[in-house]
Amino acid sequence: MKVLVPVKRVVDYNVKIRLKADKSGVDLTNVKMSMNPFDEIAVEEAVRLKEKGIVSEIIVVTIGPDKAQDVLRTAMAVGADRGVLVQTDLPTDLGGVEPLAVAKALQVIIGQENPQLVIMGKQSIDDDSNQTGQMLAAMMGWPQATFASKVEISGADAKNALVTREIDGGLETLEIALPAIVTTDLRLNEPRYAALPNIMKAKQKPLAVMSLADLGIDFAPRLKLVGLEEPPTRSGGIKVESVDALLDKLKNEAKVI
Amino acid sequence: MSVLVICEHSAGSIKSSTLNTVAAALKLDNDVHMLVAGNAVSEVCQKAAAIQGVTKILSVEDSSLSHQLPEVLAPAIASIAKGYSHLLVPATIFGKNLLPRVAGLLDVQQISDVIEIVSEKTFKRPVYAGNAIATVESSDVIKVLSVRTTAFDPASVQGDTSPIEQGDVSTLGGGALTKFVSEELTKSERPELPAAKIVVSGGRGVGSAENFSIIEALADKLGAAVGASRAAVDAGYVSNDYQVGQTGKVVAPQLYIAVGISGAIQHLAGMKDSKVIVAINKDPDAPIFQVADYGLVADLFEAVPELTSKI
Ligand SMILES: Cc1cc2nc3c(=O)[nH]c(=O)nc-3n(C[C@H](O)[C@H](O)[C@H](O)COP(=O)(O)OP(=O)(O)OC[C@H]3O[C@@H](n4cnc5c(N)ncnc54)[C@H](O)[C@@H]3O)c2cc1C
Ligand SMILES: Nc1ncnc2c1ncn2[C@@H]1O[C@H](COP(=O)(O)O)[C@@H](O)[C@H]1O
Repeated sequence: MKVLVPVKRVVDYNVKIRLKADKSGVDLTNVKMSMNPFDEIAVEEAVRLKEKGIVSEIIVVTIGPDKAQDVLRTAMAVGADRGVLVQTDLPTDLGGVEPLAVAKALQVIIGQENPQLVIMGKQSIDDDSNQTGQMLAAMMGWPQATFASKVEISGADAKNALVTREIDGGLETLEIALPAIVTTDLRLNEPRYAALPNIMKAKQKPLAVMSLADLGIDFAPRLKLVGLEEPPTRSGGIKVESVDALLDKLKNEAKVI
Repeated sequence: MSVLVICEHSAGSIKSSTLNTVAAALKLDNDVHMLVAGNAVSEVCQKAAAIQGVTKILSVEDSSLSHQLPEVLAPAIASIAKGYSHLLVPATIFGKNLLPRVAGLLDVQQISDVIEIVSEKTFKRPVYAGNAIATVESSDVIKVLSVRTTAFDPASVQGDTSPIEQGDVSTLGGGALTKFVSEELTKSERPELPAAKIVVSGGRGVGSAENFSIIEALADKLGAAVGASRAAVDAGYVSNDYQVGQTGKVVAPQLYIAVGISGAIQHLAGMKDSKVIVAINKDPDAPIFQVADYGLVADLFEAVPELTSKI
């Protein structure tokens, strides 16, 4: 079966972000960008399914600027077969292409590619929306298994997948009919690093480019970014010398115990 | 127009997250309706009817709703929501799983993790792991919001009883493609993490699942909930539902005690709105000390048992 993996280019998770001086957005100049960590997990899961002989082809797709080709190449270096860039110069973090528009774009790509399974991240670490997979499932009328920590598919022509999900009280297991959408949580797997020869080989893999404007969808933002501000900062407190001093502070100063 | 809150409930009781969501809804409008959907929900409806500020309960009851799967529930919510100006759910796993599916059906751009209601169409929400707060103005006809529960004090449950009406179940659908198989729930007598007044969390420094009993003993002495960092969950010290952070649970208790946790931004995103933060860490340069009101540089294996015994 074919698998589609949407991957997003985001500010690297180790970067401490700065706002632009005019507060119109996050300053992305000279900032390290990477594949959204949950999408790395999604790619890894797809590659493992391919290694088990269940998946025949992995297509990665990103909606973003020309530079987002980098994350497609990264995915191809760990085993994705080909990439699709849906090009736009609109921001993809805030005030530009929103999850609803991304889901609509992915719906068009699904129409072209006919995958049996879409594996994607549960959340982008820039906009922190946690929406796109569920929206896409709604638009397709497909089952969804979000926050997956285990995916079991019995064979290449399997009709169902068994997915364990991380929920508030523990774990839940669902059986979903394919085609379906799965979104990844942290414990699904540990993504591998790309080996150098594979990074070189990935440069030869096919990468199609199309324009978001040509997909024929309404991608105009529904939300206007009115402003962006720093969160209230916590002033660091004091160090106490002993457990007794700590207890005294908690009882008599903070009065929390 | 009125606003609609989706009730999060399980095993016959209303989740506290629902009460925070009602509080957010009351900042929008005085006419707050609540949808209670599930299998056999009459008891939950009775309880919901007593929540202060809720003026009407809509009961949607069907055996296909026993696990409240979004595939079944979302079409019904989407059809009911068309009569409302705003639709709200708590930003818990339940709400996160369900609401974008409704928004997708309604063709609306959802606003996740609302922490402040500025006006009927303008909202604040954290982005980039809480390192920026965005103010966004929605142009959608129905505003679809998930509510960060820690940002709103819970509505009281001693209101007058409001009427309960039967909702239309003809739009339930999609269930045949998704089957609930099983669940494995953590059993605990401790308070729920997001609503707890005190939280004690352990990180990688705790070292093993067995050692986590040191954290639990302190928590039990304080009547606290137990949390963990991602590293502690990944290493298998505790189960996934303990994780506090950007991609786990968000807490804002009166007192948060971080033990053997370094203070990565992804962890801070889930706890930095706590009223008082205590950090116990043997590394004096651990970033957690930058947000801690009281820091104790010490070996946790000595300091925590001593603290527990002296409380
Ligand atoms: C996409 C993504 C999402 C993430 N989401 C989350 C999230 O939601 N929540 C989260 O917590 N993390 C999250 N993380 C992980 C985060 O970046 C950190 O890796 C994690 O929080 C580190 O956990 P830790 O502080 O327990 O471990 P470490 O960083 O290893 O820190 C351990 C600390 O214990 C101290 N220590 C060791 N031994 C002792 C001792 N005997 N006594 C006292 N102190 C001791 C050490 O000094 C150190 O400071 C996420 C990461 C990514 C990439
Ligand atoms: N611009 C994008 N291009 C490709 N995939 C995306 C994009 N935005 C979101 N996604 C996918 O949707 C998931 C959830 O994102 P979000 O709803 O923004 O939190 C991500 O982990 C990606 O898999």
